[in-house]
Amino acid sequence: MTARIGVVTFPGSLDDRDTQRAIRLAGAEPVALWHKDKDLKQVDAVVLPGGFSYGDYLRAGAISRFSPVMESVVEQARAGLPVLGICNGFQVLTEAHLLPGAMLGNDHLHFICRDQKLRVENAGTAWTGDYTAGQEIHIPLKNMDGRFVADTYTLDELEAEGRVVFRYLDVNPNGSLRDIAGITNEAGNVVGLMPHPEHAVEPLIGSGRTDGLPFFTSILKKLVTA
Amino acid sequence: MARVVVDVMLKPEILDPQGQAVQRALPRLGFDGISDVRQGKRFELEVEGPVDEAALARIHDLAESFLANTVIEDFTVKVEEVAEAAK
Repeated sequence: MTARIGVVTFPGSLDDRDTQRAIRLAGAEPVALWHKDKDLKQVDAVVLPGGFSYGDYLRAGAISRFSPVMESVVEQARAGLPVLGICNGFQVLTEAHLLPGAMLGNDHLHFICRDQKLRVENAGTAWTGDYTAGQEIHIPLKNMDGRFVADTYTLDELEAEGRVVFRYLDVNPNGSLRDIAGITNEAGNVVGLMPHPEHAVEPLIGSGRTDGLPFFTSILKKLVTA
Repeated sequence: MARVVVDVMLKPEILDPQGQAVQRALPRLGFDGISDVRQGKRFELEVEGPVDEAALARIHDLAESFLANTVIEDFTVKVEEVAEAAK
């Protein structure tokens, strides 16, 4: 039996299909979830994909957070359901207060699209078990609102508890405080990051690397051996 | 009908690159003497019925939970009198 991983489609989601494909390549079964539907179809984990849900109106993720599907995602994430938010999905997770801090426009005001070098800081989350702590990886980054901010107390707490999961290396592409690219909640089941692992799962396309695939094999391993 | 205005501003400690870009453009337009610009959002809510304490409390909750993200933004709520003649 394999794991069933839901991928939410919001109006304006862009990477839901790519994420489903990455899940399939990792050996799990992707399940399409719809923003208007509270039913999570008994999936074992959920991914909130990248894009510009609800046009990023008001603030990125601010309107998606109140969609029917998010009611169930928030409730079940608090009960331990593994949830991964990629890019816009990360923004939705901060707006829903499943992750601390907030996302703001890139400090240089430009949209950014590049292969980004990252360091894996925490290989103990539900989504990073197939990496090793300290590992350096390259994953595409593409966003407008990628600047992670939080107050100093929250940042210190994230660092002290090992909840910074990924950090930008070489360049800070968006002005994120302390070069933070991704974080996790206290339990380690909810992870959000700005770069796009689902775009780095096949050697044929993109950067030619498959550095993003371990996200999806990590969760599969975790669910199947659980 | 009464109008309630919710103003949302980034907290002072949060970098506002849009405001900075506006401020940097000012000298080119011949505006000197503006040392800082910060950009915010203004929401005008047309309220049906009386704007009493209960209505204002609800709007305050709305601003706190939705119109502003209080992790990064502050907000104010104020009632704007609509002149009788304008009705």
